[in-house]
Amino acid sequence: MLLDSKIPEGPLAEKWEKHKFNVKLVNPANKRKYDVIVVGTGLAGGAAAASLAELGYNVKAFTYHDSPRRAHSIAAQGGINAAKNYQNDGDSVFRLFYDTIKGGDYRAREANVYRLAQVSVNIIDQCVAQGVPFAREYGGLLANRSFGGAQVSRTFYARGQTGQQLLLGAYSALSRQIAYGKVKMYTRSEMLDVVVVDGQARGIVTRNLITGEIETHAAHAVVLATGGYGNVFYLSTNAKYCNVTAAWRAHKKGAYFANPCFTQIHPTCIPVSGDYQSKLTLMSESLRNDGRVWVPKTVEMAERVRQNQIKPQDIPEDERDYFLERKYPAFGNLVPRDVASRNAKQMCDEGRGVGSTGLAVYLDFSDVIKRTGAEAVSQKYGNLFAMYEKITDENPYERPMRIYPAVHYTMGGLWVDYNLQTTVPGLYATGECNFSDHGANRLGASALMQGLADGYFVIPYTIGDYLAQTPPKPVDTSHPAFAESKAFVQARTERLLSIKGTRTPTQFHKALGHIMWEYCGMARTAEGLKHAKAEIQKLRQEFWQDLKITGTGEELNQALENAGRVADFLELGELMVDDALHRNESCGGHFREEYQTPEGEALRNDDEFAYVAAWEYQGDNQPEKLNKEELTFENVKLTQRSYK
Amino acid sequence: MAGSNPNAKPMNLTLNVWRQPNRTAPGKIVEYHVKDISPDMSFLEMLDVLNEDLLHAGQDPVAFDHDCREGICGSCDLFINGRSHGPEKGTTTCQLHMRKFSDGDTITIEPWRASAFPVNKDLSVDRSAFDRIIQAGGYVSVNTGGAPDGNEIPIPKEISDRAFEAATCISCGACVAACKNASAMLFVSAKVSQLALLPQGQPERKTRVENMVAQMDKEGFGACSNIGSCAAECPVGISLENIAILNREFLAAKATSNNLA
Repeated sequence: MLLDSKIPEGPLAEKWEKHKFNVKLVNPANKRKYDVIVVGTGLAGGAAAASLAELGYNVKAFTYHDSPRRAHSIAAQGGINAAKNYQNDGDSVFRLFYDTIKGGDYRAREANVYRLAQVSVNIIDQCVAQGVPFAREYGGLLANRSFGGAQVSRTFYARGQTGQQLLLGAYSALSRQIAYGKVKMYTRSEMLDVVVVDGQARGIVTRNLITGEIETHAAHAVVLATGGYGNVFYLSTNAKYCNVTAAWRAHKKGAYFANPCFTQIHPTCIPVSGDYQSKLTLMSESLRNDGRVWVPKTVEMAERVRQNQIKPQDIPEDERDYFLERKYPAFGNLVPRDVASRNAKQMCDEGRGVGSTGLAVYLDFSDVIKRTGAEAVSQKYGNLFAMYEKITDENPYERPMRIYPAVHYTMGGLWVDYNLQTTVPGLYATGECNFSDHGANRLGASALMQGLADGYFVIPYTIGDYLAQTPPKPVDTSHPAFAESKAFVQARTERLLSIKGTRTPTQFHKALGHIMWEYCGMARTAEGLKHAKAEIQKLRQEFWQDLKITGTGEELNQALENAGRVADFLELGELMVDDALHRNESCGGHFREEYQTPEGEALRNDDEFAYVAAWEYQGDNQPEKLNKEELTFENVKLTQRSYK
Repeated sequence: MAGSNPNAKPMNLTLNVWRQPNRTAPGKIVEYHVKDISPDMSFLEMLDVLNEDLLHAGQDPVAFDHDCREGICGSCDLFINGRSHGPEKGTTTCQLHMRKFSDGDTITIEPWRASAFPVNKDLSVDRSAFDRIIQAGGYVSVNTGGAPDGNEIPIPKEISDRAFEAATCISCGACVAACKNASAMLFVSAKVSQLALLPQGQPERKTRVENMVAQMDKEGFGACSNIGSCAAECPVGISLENIAILNREFLAAKATSNNLA
């Protein structure tokens, strides 16, 4: 299939305005004749469901949580970017666009990113109107802070709980539409298939997680807002339930999967402490505003601190290496995430890592505490410091934090055109679930921006264009495609239950995560990736022969839920490895050791790889077909990213 | 070894866990034993160990709600040794660590006990009553688009900060579980206060409090008798002051509105 990104003609700054005029509209009286399914109720899904219902569409919204307020958007800490230029420091829509394209290492689509920067300003207004309590200055105006990869202060925040406050804003708008009867809310319902009728998405199959009932739901269009797939690594900062299943089933029904190997490793997470570890906890990137990252200058000193022979706070200044400040004087501790992560790994590889495992670097607040006092630091970061202390039993006011990179976000996802439509007509993907805006690396405080941009300000326009061309006839689940999908889901559930082997879903998941982290994590090589591919294939085979879960499909069965998700991760993992192996360059979060500059920075190959890799499913255990969307850059010059 | 306590030894524990197959079937306490629990584990990681043991033994794992495991999603909801989220103040179950317990301890784990929160299975309860209370009015009625500039309405920092404090409620239900009357007043008051404090909340100030309180009563939550165990057990520190604000808002609304609902 020819990949048509449907980018509107004309100058960058006018594309979205022109497009909004050119898309077809559904007449207000006809909107109530259309049903739209929204899967997922995080920032993208919650905002989309509420906004579509406000327009008059009948929305059915689905979440596997017990409430639409629990999606993992809620855990985003640091903030949300917007090109408001309230600080008079030279920000503009173009600068936010430019920073995002550059931060993504020139692997994102210009038109999408520009639109994102344009609507960023509307998001802040919308959230303020909903009563989101953003941080404010004493004069009563909105406060900002700086974030990695930018030299202006454009990040809006609500202490260290920005995601929570934004999600509760979207949840409140959604709740209002539920009360009006315009949204029918299905909680504890997990989407297990997309139903495609005559080439168009016409519904979904879900499992009621309480009763186990497999249900079918029809609509004129389906919007996926089901988040990212970072949990393929088992340990990540994602919530435990985060999974790829909805996106993967869509993929198997014809939606191309773009740039799956573009995963983000976040530099500031609490290090792993033991085998029992179930997830990793992020310490907001905003901490890098005031915290200074360092390791001991020598391996000998690092060894002493690892053996608890000296406390880090007692190591003299001239024995410390503030490696980010040293190597990147212009951006210092605020370099983008991929750069910060790789440097931390490099320090540990050199033997200068700290903590009992040697897999950690320090994030030190003693300077800012000296300068402004502990109280001022607590005002800014109090909840983060408390969380750190709870988990590690160490007091970061007295002893530098230990941090290490961890999987945090997936830039890859379902391929979508400018309208956020996948390669299946009528099937849309929004938020982290799609691939569209962050290229090979996402800048901090841009995930919340993209989720809400898609949900509040993009999909309400673009879905109308599709629906206006769809007859407003009632839809139901009588088409045989629904029964087929339902039978497929039932058979798969029964198959998982019938294996009765010896290893639990978590054991398989951990084994997969180990392979992914080792060979498809922060640094990748062709040899390692080939090895990983064989290992994943073997593990997948073992999974279907040796899985052990108990109980039945007709009850709340969390082991069964987990098994289904791990089964999909075992397929996705191989595609990620294929994608990483085919991309013979380093860019953003994708670092192939064979392709680096003499200074160890990522070395892109724009002549051969300035494209989106969109993979097309060809059948179980068949190699996927690679489709390319060439990226053209008319408004920025492709340069070697430099944060020095 | 992650913590600053290198001498912490693995623990063996006895667990008394509430098992209940579904909403209608009777439940009971079942005793389990877990071994070699690291003090650096979270409480839920300790339950993960139990569940892996149970699966290997061919038994049904214990169902419990959890997700983010960083104290913000509000999913986890265990009643541990008679206390919401266990013994540590200001902490959700997922952020409670085993270093708060000792080798040889017996730990009793139950679901929230409130008729408005029926048990789904084992330790998982249905908290949709909270969603219905928010749907009754816990929002500002603004549609997407057309909002004025974010700096159009200056809000004093102190007011904004107080609204934020109230808005940090994670809707876990610990307040209801801690209350001898199973009252939801702290939960409802947090949302009412947040929006009553902010200028954006003024147009619907009266109807909001009336409708949310009416829905709260309809869901079968108990009355408030001002004991304060809700605020004492709240993992995110929602203040009892909010209940005072709620009472004032409710009386003011009733005294001046025509809504007899």
